[in-house]
Amino acid sequence: MSSEILLQVEGLCARAAGNEILRGLDLTVRAGEVHAVMGPNGSGKSTLANVLAGRPGVEVTAGKVLYRGRNLVEMAPEERAREGIFLAFQYPVEIPGVTNLYFLKAAANAVRKHRGLEELDAMDFLSLARRKMKLVEMDEKMMSRAINEGFSGGEKKRNEVLQMAILEPVLSILDETDSGLDIDALGIVSRGVNSLRSAERSMIVITHYQRLLDHIVPDRVHVLAGGRIVRSGGKELALELEEQGYAWIEGGAGAA
Amino acid sequence: MTRDAREHYVAGFGQFAEREAAGDPPWLHALRKQAIARFAETGFPTRDDEAWRYTNLGPIARTPFEIAAPASAVIGRADLERLSFPVFACSVFVFVNGRFAPSLSAPRALAGGIQIGNLAAALPSPLCPLEGHLGSLARPDEGALVALNTAFFTDGVMLHVPAGVEIETPIHVVYLSVPGERATISYPRTLVVAGRGSRATVVEDFVSLGGGVAFTNAVCEIALAEGSAVEHVSLQREHEDAAHLGAIRVRQARDSRYKAHGISLGGRLTRNDVLAILDGPGADCELNGFYVASDAQHVDNHTTIDHARPQGTSREFYKGVLDDRARGVFSGKVIVRPGAQKTSAQQTNKNLLLSADAEIDSKPQLEIFADDVRCSHGSSIGQLDEDALFYLRARGIDLATARSLLMRAFSAEITARIGIGALRERIDELLLARMLRTRAEAA
Ligand SMILES: Nc1ncnc2c1ncn2[C@@H]1O[C@H](COP(=O)(O)OP(=O)(O)OP(=O)(O)O)[C@@H](O)[C@H]1O
Ligand SMILES: [Mg+2]
Repeated sequence: MSSEILLQVEGLCARAAGNEILRGLDLTVRAGEVHAVMGPNGSGKSTLANVLAGRPGVEVTAGKVLYRGRNLVEMAPEERAREGIFLAFQYPVEIPGVTNLYFLKAAANAVRKHRGLEELDAMDFLSLARRKMKLVEMDEKMMSRAINEGFSGGEKKRNEVLQMAILEPVLSILDETDSGLDIDALGIVSRGVNSLRSAERSMIVITHYQRLLDHIVPDRVHVLAGGRIVRSGGKELALELEEQGYAWIEGGAGAA
Repeated sequence: MTRDAREHYVAGFGQFAEREAAGDPPWLHALRKQAIARFAETGFPTRDDEAWRYTNLGPIARTPFEIAAPASAVIGRADLERLSFPVFACSVFVFVNGRFAPSLSAPRALAGGIQIGNLAAALPSPLCPLEGHLGSLARPDEGALVALNTAFFTDGVMLHVPAGVEIETPIHVVYLSVPGERATISYPRTLVVAGRGSRATVVEDFVSLGGGVAFTNAVCEIALAEGSAVEHVSLQREHEDAAHLGAIRVRQARDSRYKAHGISLGGRLTRNDVLAILDGPGADCELNGFYVASDAQHVDNHTTIDHARPQGTSREFYKGVLDDRARGVFSGKVIVRPGAQKTSAQQTNKNLLLSADAEIDSKPQLEIFADDVRCSHGSSIGQLDEDALFYLRARGIDLATARSLLMRAFSAEITARIGIGALRERIDELLLARMLRTRAEAA
């Protein structure tokens, strides 16, 4: 494939709270591609997602991260979001006192404004939100509730996908969006994600389970271990991992 | 002994009584004399006084404040509008430097024998409804600040709601301070008497026009007869040079409901001293408070709820945002008298500290002399939730907006309790604007 390179990560090292977590990670994502990132617990998958989204406290110590040719590390999280990066959080945050509707409208308009589009008024936003909620089969009542407050695990994940559907990002990073979903919800969420797939949009799908990849079929699968990509392959790699687990890393190819 | 300006006030009283207060009815004259005698005896409280441990009145005690000159002539409607007062269909009474300003006020005709007006006009009347009420809840012998106000107040608002009458729209009382060249003091005084089963909402709005060293020594008395309900907003947004020392004294008869919202946004030094006595069975008292302080502001909420009779319920919800070197004090005393069985008292104080130098002293105090009671209290100190900030920013919301959203969420828990929607919205706006002036914006 020779489409445009959207994200280029080279020799990325990052630490949080004094711990070296990423130790020389390379990853290239082209426009239109879906990459799955798998790997053992604690290997650094969420840290990679956080580096891309710009979480304060995760410090990039070496390497480079280019998004559409721009140095991502220098950009504020909100700027990244407006430029089309979206992180579906592994653990969405509960924010009491701010309604989901208010939040989503503020977010949508911040992004629209940046893209030179007209901001949506309350009515227009509501009809947009309604359409997107249908996509993820979310109850409208969730909109008047505080952000994620008291949402079930599955509801939180749907809310992430709803946000993604509304913001229409260019590069989506889904951090275990499938965890905690029942079979039906998995199908619904996957449909939401797939509806965004296009030749321009790319995705990094972090998951522990092959079953998500049945729905969202990846172009590439990577194994992250010890802060590095230790193996990459096509979609069949996920199946292999499902059978073998990660025991091979210590003994074989991927030992850090 | 520390030197204070006590003599300055005592010496000034003679002239004040002969001129400004010459028309006082005899009972008030006697009350004032009692008050100044009391003040002469005690002077300002010092930090040796347990109730003033965290708040230093020294600089105020040492300053000889002059009674603020009349200034209503220099104030126009445009000035008032610039201060963006809440707009609702209510009666507005404006006092400038402690004196009624009829040209700025907009009293509305109220039905049902409601007596409302300025104290100065009501006092000389032979049918003065104030005798026996004024000075009965805020007694000159209880402390220096109430004594000082009692000795020197010249005006303020009085409201008497007859039995069974319900006033739907709020009474908005604006106490406007216009500081002069010299350090000035004003003495606003509010009296609310709610008859049996009556209902009213009163907003006291303390605000400054321009800077300068000014001291507002305010007293508010509210008497609730059986089954009455009063909602009381006390909004303090004076200039950052101002000292605001306010006392609110409430007495509640059987089954009455008092609900207060004490909001402190301005002033260099603020002290809100609230005493509510639940003096009849089944009375309900709710004190809500919100404060925002930055730079070197000091804000002290000092509350006492006195459960004197059985089956009383009280709730206190105080929250605040402190930035820079600001200091907050919350002291909540709950007294349950012998025999006040089945009392339920709840108290919480939550603080958001935006800077490492900001400080809060939060001190609950329970004095319980009955056995069948339920009391609880809790306090917390925290920062803006970093994870929440990142979550909002990760959706494209800029940092300043993200912070303001979280602060608004923090304050909404308090303002949500304000009964009248239009009033709540207006206060929400004021709070948000004030919170945005903390470092949140700079960061
Ligand atoms: N802020 C932090 N402070 C200290 N340690 C951290 C921090 N963030 C991550 N770590 C540590 O870094 C390692 C990688 O964490 P990360 O969350 O990236 O793992 P992960 O691959 O997403 O794991 P999982 O599959 O369990 O979600 C873990 O050992 C974790 O404890
Ligand atoms: Mg993770």
